[in-house]
Formats: sequence, structure tokens, C-alpha cells
Amino acid sequence: MNAPLTPGFAEPVLDAQRCFRAVLEAMARPGRVQALPALPEAPAPLAPAAAAVLLTLADADTPVWLDAGEAAAAWLRFHAGCPIAASAAEATFALAGGVPPALRDLSQGTEEEPHRSATLLVQVAALAEGGGWRLTGPGIEREHRLLAAGLPAGFEAEWAANHARFPRGVDVILCAGDRLAALPRTTRLEAG
Amino acid sequence: MQDPETERNAARRRWMGILARASGAEIAGRLAAAPALPAHRRLRGPETGLVMARGRQGGDGAPFNLGEVTVTRCSVCLEDGRIGHAYVAGRDARQAELAAVLDAALQDPARQPALLAAVVEPLATFQAARAAKDAARAAATRVQFFTMATMR
Amino acid sequence: MYVAVKGGERAIEAAHAWLAEERRGDPALPELSVEQIGQQLGLAVDRVMAEGACFDRGLAALAIKQARGDLIEAAFLLRAYRTTLPRFGASLPLDTGAMRIRRRVSATYKDLPGGQVLGPTFDYTHRLLDFALACDRPGSPDPGRESQAPGLTAAEGNAPPSAPEAPAKAAAMPRVTSILAQEGLMQPETPGEAEPPDLTREPLSFPADRPVRLQALARGDEGFLLGLGYSTQRGYGNAHPFVGEIRMGEVAVEIEPPELGFPIEIGEITVTECQMVNQFAGSKTEPAQFTRGYGLTFGHGERKAMAMALVDRSLRAAELGEEATAPAQSEEFVLYHCDNVEATGFVEHLKLPHYVDFQSELEKIRQMRATALREAAE
Repeated sequence: MNAPLTPGFAEPVLDAQRCFRAVLEAMARPGRVQALPALPEAPAPLAPAAAAVLLTLADADTPVWLDAGEAAAAWLRFHAGCPIAASAAEATFALAGGVPPALRDLSQGTEEEPHRSATLLVQVAALAEGGGWRLTGPGIEREHRLLAAGLPAGFEAEWAANHARFPRGVDVILCAGDRLAALPRTTRLEAG
Repeated sequence: MQDPETERNAARRRWMGILARASGAEIAGRLAAAPALPAHRRLRGPETGLVMARGRQGGDGAPFNLGEVTVTRCSVCLEDGRIGHAYVAGRDARQAELAAVLDAALQDPARQPALLAAVVEPLATFQAARAAKDAARAAATRVQFFTMATMR
Repeated sequence: MYVAVKGGERAIEAAHAWLAEERRGDPALPELSVEQIGQQLGLAVDRVMAEGACFDRGLAALAIKQARGDLIEAAFLLRAYRTTLPRFGASLPLDTGAMRIRRRVSATYKDLPGGQVLGPTFDYTHRLLDFALACDRPGSPDPGRESQAPGLTAAEGNAPPSAPEAPAKAAAMPRVTSILAQEGLMQPETPGEAEPPDLTREPLSFPADRPVRLQALARGDEGFLLGLGYSTQRGYGNAHPFVGEIRMGEVAVEIEPPELGFPIEIGEITVTECQMVNQFAGSKTEPAQFTRGYGLTFGHGERKAMAMALVDRSLRAAELGEEATAPAQSEEFVLYHCDNVEATGFVEHLKLPHYVDFQSELEKIRQMRATALREAAE
């Protein structure tokens, strides 16, 4: 009955506000890497940044799908109070530690309510600015460069299709350790 | 004889219900005469939120949402790994944390008898007396009709 | 045209400072504590909890103090505060059959199991002002108290004698509706455990299901529902109601936290329940029988529970194939207008600046008058 549990945020309200600010910055400046100021004691294999984002954004109204195993799901359900979705298609937030689900298989929102789409969190091996993809679009003056190590081949093509579905489509948050960067659906991405 | 898990849960359900009806000050008052509680680590809370209270249409039909109730919850972990939970109506953070630590400690067979005797049973007796007083006052306002015959 | 959009800050600050002073009143008098409001204005607290849709006596009492006794403003404050709290989940449906009864009366059966229990009621009082309650004012002519500090005088001397007690039998108090149901004379409620819709999450849409209607009525304004309920009795709607039962007392709130996997009690809340029994002539598919109007409210709110039950029944007109002609039978009319926080927002917004809107109306009226005058002159 008693799964081994670890605490969530040390200061649930303040830490969630700090993380929310970081996610907001990341979404407003696609491709810029943000370090999260407050991290929970998340069970492996949850990356601390991904765990912090889910504690910040997920609640009882947002089904979460994740491939990080039973302990991570129990921890998240306990601290965020979110239902665990049976499939990525039913999730408001999806977290992939392994091969991410195809973007087109996630909830895309509707033309009337595009905000009802899913947000995909992907745990990548590393994030670095200055190389890799060339990102352009809203929130980027000329171009931002972002290197995300460990995404499956073909992600660029999937992203182009996702971008083309605007205003529908999925937003992506890439997480590595305690850092994250965001790709909102409005961002254009070219391989570097 | 029920299976041991059902029985353990029933015992736990009982003490959680009694602790939920006692204020933090009442619990702390009883703890003064009890063996010291073990050290604990907070897993979640104490934090205050809401539970939507539901009624049933017509009293016995399908559920509907009546309105929310403030609830404070706390979950703690003892050094031996036992986890205690508390959900208590209201905003008494001290009550929720003490109830969670007690829930964890009461699951330890070595601690249970002393804590039941010093904390849970006296609180239960007090609560039963309070309820009995209300029931007795209600009974005094029960109408005793003088009638020649009963009707249905 | 220039319209001032700034410049109110200092006036607003001064207004708030004066408001705070008005709220406190004469500082020579002792300040009301939240506990005093909770204890001595308990029915105001109950009403604010019901219309604020949040059961917390301390918060409701604080809201009443802050709102200077304006109960709609207090409900507004409570609604605003609840939006800052996370929702942990929903309770199991309350079992009002297992209520610890403080009051239970039936107007349909005199001798029913459990009996008529009057409880702490205003019924049978003579509605004569009791000047004995006014004698604890400091400075009032009461020589016995002169030496005591103001504020402490009332503490013990004014405590009423203890209410009598009588041996309480552990007799069951079945609901009156279940007595009628045993004979098959009461229309059974639709059973089911479907997740009820929640209008704090999803806005109203019509036709509204009964669970949504009951939620809206439970948080609705007592005065509005009272007037509507009264209208059904006076012929606006086809109502022939009897109070099957009113019961008030404490019920346990149970939740089933996912980390436990079994239900636990988190405490008790006071609720008032009213079962209004109405005749129903029957239809092609159903025999003549009684139907229910249901009222349930936080706290001791008998008038509210009764009004809610009357309106619940009248809103069932369509479902029962009755002609719906009266305001209390129109769910859009009732549900859109019963929420006093919404209603006060829309009514009171009229006092905010409408300078530009009004300027255009002014221009238009001047033009129309000028045109009319010109035409009259021609």
C-alpha cells in the first residue's frame, strides 16, 4: 500500500510560481534555455525539470500520460493530484523519457479552442544554445539556435507538420536535468 | 472474521475520523500525556484546499454538487518508512500535521496501544459525550402528542 | 472629446480609509471578534456559507465582519477566496439519512418513526422584541455591573439557562419519502452514480440537468428563491406542496483519497434538508403519485431549503410533462438570475463610469429633439 514517496516542492506555492515564470520565459523566447530555480525530489527516471513543470502545471483537471514507470506516476498523482491517462492521446500533458509519442497522435485542440491541445514534455540528453536548430517566429528577433541531443530522427519533419496545423497543434517543452527550453507551435524550425 | 487488511483499514478509518473531529489544540492536549511521537518528515503539506461536498437529488438519487468545504491535508513519513495521511475539514494546519503523524505512528503495532489509550480513545469519549448532549437536547424538544388514536 | 481615465487613486484611498473606520464603528465599544460572529450571528454565517458555496464558519464570519454585515458582499468575499484554493477532490454523497438530528419535523405525518423534533427553532416564538437582550450595553442602567469592564459584562450574567435534556432513544429516523416509497406512492429518484456536472467548472447551458439545477439553487440567493417559491404557492405554477420533512443536523463528510484506497471521514458539517411532497396527476406512462422537490443547504437554513425545494419541483415541469408557464418553471429565468454574486456584479456595474456611452446617447437625444423642433417649425 505504502509506496515509497518523496516530497514535492519544498515551498509548494512559491516554487510553483518560480517554475511557472521560467516556463513563461521559455515559451516567450523559444529556444532560450532556462534553469529552474526550484526543484522537487523527483523519483528516477523523472528529470528534475520535467517533474517541476508537471508539479507546476498539472492538477486534477489535466490528465497526464507518462512513460516513466509506476513510482513516478504515483509520485505525480500524489503531489499534483492529476489523473494518469491511459494513452498519450487522452492527456493534457504527456511526458516522454523514452521515444516520444508522435505529435499528430496527441490532442491538437480545435479551431475554436486551440488551447485545449496537449503539451508534450520530452526529456532529452542535453540542451545547448548557440548551435543546432535555427529557430524563427514569434518571440525571436532574428533567429535562436538550439541543440537538443537525443531526439528521434524525423522530429524536424514532424515539427513542420505540427507548425502547419496552427492554430491547432502541440507545444513542446524539452527538459534536461534542471534546465528546459520550449518550442511553441508558432516556432519554425530548420535543421542547423 | 474479515481479512487482516480490511480490519487494519477499518481501524485506521476509525482513528482518522476521530482525529478529524478534534482540533489541533485538543490533540496536542492529549499528546501531553502520551509517549513522545517519533520524528517525521513532511511529504506533502500541511496545505489547505477544497473538497466538493456532494448531496443526492431527493436525498437518495443521483449525486449533485452541493458546495465546497475547506480541508487541510498533510502526509508525513517516519524514520521507519511508515507513511501517515490526514485530511481534516477546516484550516487547522496543526491538527492536520498531528493527525498525519499519529496516523503513521498508530500503524506501528509497538506504538499503537499506548497512543490509542492516551489520545484516540479519550477524544472519542469526549466526542461521543458532545454528540449525546445534542441528542439529549433534541430529545427534550420532541413533541409528545396527546391523541386518542394514531393515524397513518 | 477628452475623458479622464486617471485621477481617482487618492479619492479611492481616502474612501477605503473611511470605510475601514466605518466598519470598526465607535472605538470606545469593544471590537467584534470573528468567534463572536460565528457564535452569536450563526445564521448569518450559515447563509454566507450557503451562498458563498463554501463551508467554513471562520472564513464566513470573517467575511461578514469585513463586509460590515452585508451578507451578499460577504458571500462575494468567500467566493473570491475559494478561487485561491486547490480542489483536492469531491466527497462521497452525503448520507442525510444518517444525520445526527437536531431538528426534524414533518407536516404530512404526525406520528412518524423518530417523531417530531423541534430543535432550536424560531417557530412558536411570539416575535416580540426581547429587551432583555439589549441590557448588556455599556452604560445601560444596570447597577450590578458597574464595576466590571465593558465587554466582559455579558459574559456570564447573560448566559441563558441550559436547555433541558431528555433520554435520547437510538431510534432510526427514516426519511418521510421512504415511508411513501414503501407504498409505491412516491416517484423514485433516478438512481445512478454518474459524475455530476459542476457549474464552477463548466458554465451553465440549457436544458440543464437536475444536478446542475440543484447546485445552482443550493448556492442561489435566499431572497430570490423565497420569492419564486412563494409565487408557485400563489398560482404561478401548478404547485400543491406539503413539507414531507425538514431535517437539520450534522452529517459526516467522507472522501476516498487515492493514496488510501478506502473512504475516511474528514469531519462533520451542518446541513438542512427539505423534502417537499407534491401531487402528480399521472401521465400516459405513469400512475398518479407523489413527486419530490428537494432542498439541501449548508448550515441551518430552513427557509432557503424550503424555497429551494419548491423551485426544484417547479423546474421539473418539463420532465413531468406539465405545462410550464410561470417564471419559477423557466430554468433559464431561474438559473440565470438566482446567483446573487453574479446579479450584484451586473446590477452594480451600472454605477461605474459610462461617460462615453452616455455621451453618445446625449448627442442622439439632442439631435432627435433638434430634428423634431425643426420639423414642427416648418
